[in-house]
Amino acid sequence: MNPYLPIVLLLAVAGLVCTAMVTLSWVLGPKKVTPYKQAPYECGVAPIGNARERFPVKFYLVAMMFILFDVEVVFLWSWMAVFKDWVEAGSPAAAYSFWGVMVYMALWFLGDAYVIRSGALEWEESKTLAPEKLGPVRPSDTEEIALEPDLARGA
Amino acid sequence: MGSSGLHPAAIDWMALGPLIGVCLTGVVAMVLEMWRPRMNNNGIVGVCIVGLLVSGFLVIANWNRPGGESFGADYSEANGAVGNLGLFINDRLGQVIQLLIVGITLVTVLFSEGYLREKRLPFGEYYPLVLWSAAGGMVMATTRDLLIFFLGLETLSIALYVLAGLSSKERRSQEAALKYFLLGAFASSFLLYGIALIYGATGTTHLSGIAAIANTQPESIATFSVLYAGIGLVLVGFAFKVALVPFHMWTPDVYQGAPTSVVGFMAAGVKVAAFAAMLRFIDVIVFTSSVWITVLAALAAVTMTIGNLIALAQKDAKRILAYSSIAHAGYILVAVVAYGASKSGPYEPLGQSTVAYYLAMYGFMTLGAFAVLSLTGRDGKEGSTLEDYYGLYRSAPFPAAMFIVFMASLAGIPLTGGFLGKFLIFRDALSVDMLWLALLLGVNSVISVAYYLRIVQAVCTEEPGVVRSRFAPVNAGLFTACAVCAFLLIAGFVAADPLFDWMGLSAPGASVVAGLPGR
Repeated sequence: MNPYLPIVLLLAVAGLVCTAMVTLSWVLGPKKVTPYKQAPYECGVAPIGNARERFPVKFYLVAMMFILFDVEVVFLWSWMAVFKDWVEAGSPAAAYSFWGVMVYMALWFLGDAYVIRSGALEWEESKTLAPEKLGPVRPSDTEEIALEPDLARGA
Repeated sequence: MGSSGLHPAAIDWMALGPLIGVCLTGVVAMVLEMWRPRMNNNGIVGVCIVGLLVSGFLVIANWNRPGGESFGADYSEANGAVGNLGLFINDRLGQVIQLLIVGITLVTVLFSEGYLREKRLPFGEYYPLVLWSAAGGMVMATTRDLLIFFLGLETLSIALYVLAGLSSKERRSQEAALKYFLLGAFASSFLLYGIALIYGATGTTHLSGIAAIANTQPESIATFSVLYAGIGLVLVGFAFKVALVPFHMWTPDVYQGAPTSVVGFMAAGVKVAAFAAMLRFIDVIVFTSSVWITVLAALAAVTMTIGNLIALAQKDAKRILAYSSIAHAGYILVAVVAYGASKSGPYEPLGQSTVAYYLAMYGFMTLGAFAVLSLTGRDGKEGSTLEDYYGLYRSAPFPAAMFIVFMASLAGIPLTGGFLGKFLIFRDALSVDMLWLALLLGVNSVISVAYYLRIVQAVCTEEPGVVRSRFAPVNAGLFTACAVCAFLLIAGFVAADPLFDWMGLSAPGASVVAGLPGR
């Protein structure tokens, strides 16, 4: 078998699936045309208008979290690809790398717990600090106070 | 990879101890923050202090253990380099710098909480970020592999980008974070491109690769041009990080805008880590060409002069200290240049002790100065113009007094470590026949006195009639931070000989402070 055959097959399947998805949704989907839906990017930012637009910062937060998950999977995938061989060969690297990955995953889960705990995935306003934490409250920020008597004498 | 796979090397856990200690303390601090403490962050601060003390103790426990590199890959076969190479190096320079970074972080943590409360920013996340940033700096100082160095640098920087923008409601802080992030990313790309070119020329990312090429002197011009381009780009990356002059533009804005406690850590910790790594880099590049010494000497001259001259025109205390930190980067670079020149030229070899000593003194005097400056943060506001410090000596006599010590040390006035540090740099520059650079350093020190005195004057000026309650009350943490910094500066001067003996970074046989008048 030609070693490149799987790649050709992959390309064919990918092309088929893409074509099928686009065609079927075009054929079967209901068509209610609105100007907004006709815009080039249906579910993104309006393509025409002022580019200096306010954009919820939460989008970036979600994007960042997505990258974390993504990188985690990339690490695990490459590790998994060699781990099986090591186990079969009885290599000392198997246990070594297993615990290494466990430490990595523990830290990763901790970070994940932090993300959930700090409410980064909730789409409403971010949580604020408890007022007790903010230090002493003084009468007024800009109020000028008179010098104490001994200071006034020194001045 | 075959079925044999990777052979796990024996891990020297002891040598990694300080690094793991700092990282783990950060993790514990983050877990504590997940409890969302409602009243204050004292528990987190306590954990950080204990963790940092333990890490510092672990560094000292490593002090006399056999050094060397570990976590080795198959470097040696690629380029014929000899010796035990690896990703992590356990040597005295690394230990001294690690201890220094732990100390700087400890002092930062001590005075941060009071300031953050006054600024209305008592986020518990501050502490893990500072600790992980410090861990990045420790990695930078304990590796001779450029990629691991880069990893450490990014860990250090990314945490600092967040910290610079901690005061997210202030425009200046936003500006500082964005500017630092963009220019930092720019610098990182320079560095990474340089590392890639060095890899192209030598076939390894380990610094030994450069040394191997310099030793064998291959005929290929192409190899050398690629190597030189790589070294040049890496030096540009370094120059951005330590703020040498053509690459210093971000420094004043970032120092002015970022929260003061973060700036203190940034000014002290980042420079210490980056200069330590630079020292390791200089160690090998001097053997490729003498041009690097000339280039770096010129950079040092420009950095000192421009930094000091622009500082004279500033009206904002944090900006003055930012330019002062640029000037100090120039001074330290003189020491680095002298060290490099002495290795490659026909001179007595100089040790790394001058650089390490100056970094230590510089770190604590800058950090102490920023700790005192943080006292203007009050009720969610903070001013940093010179006028904002009028009357500080009335409301906070002890920090103001210590501030004078820090300024005296920064200006290089005797009885402080700053003086001895500058003296040693001066002597090192003379010993490699760089009279012009030494003289320039002297002239610049004199210029710098002018602007340090202006801040001292502001702190000691009294406003007639009324004094606004602009200053935060001095808490125990700030008090201790000031006392520790001032003590170290004076002890560094008085007990210089035992200190140098203990650091053990001097060239063998060299008398460290010989010829110093009155000693």
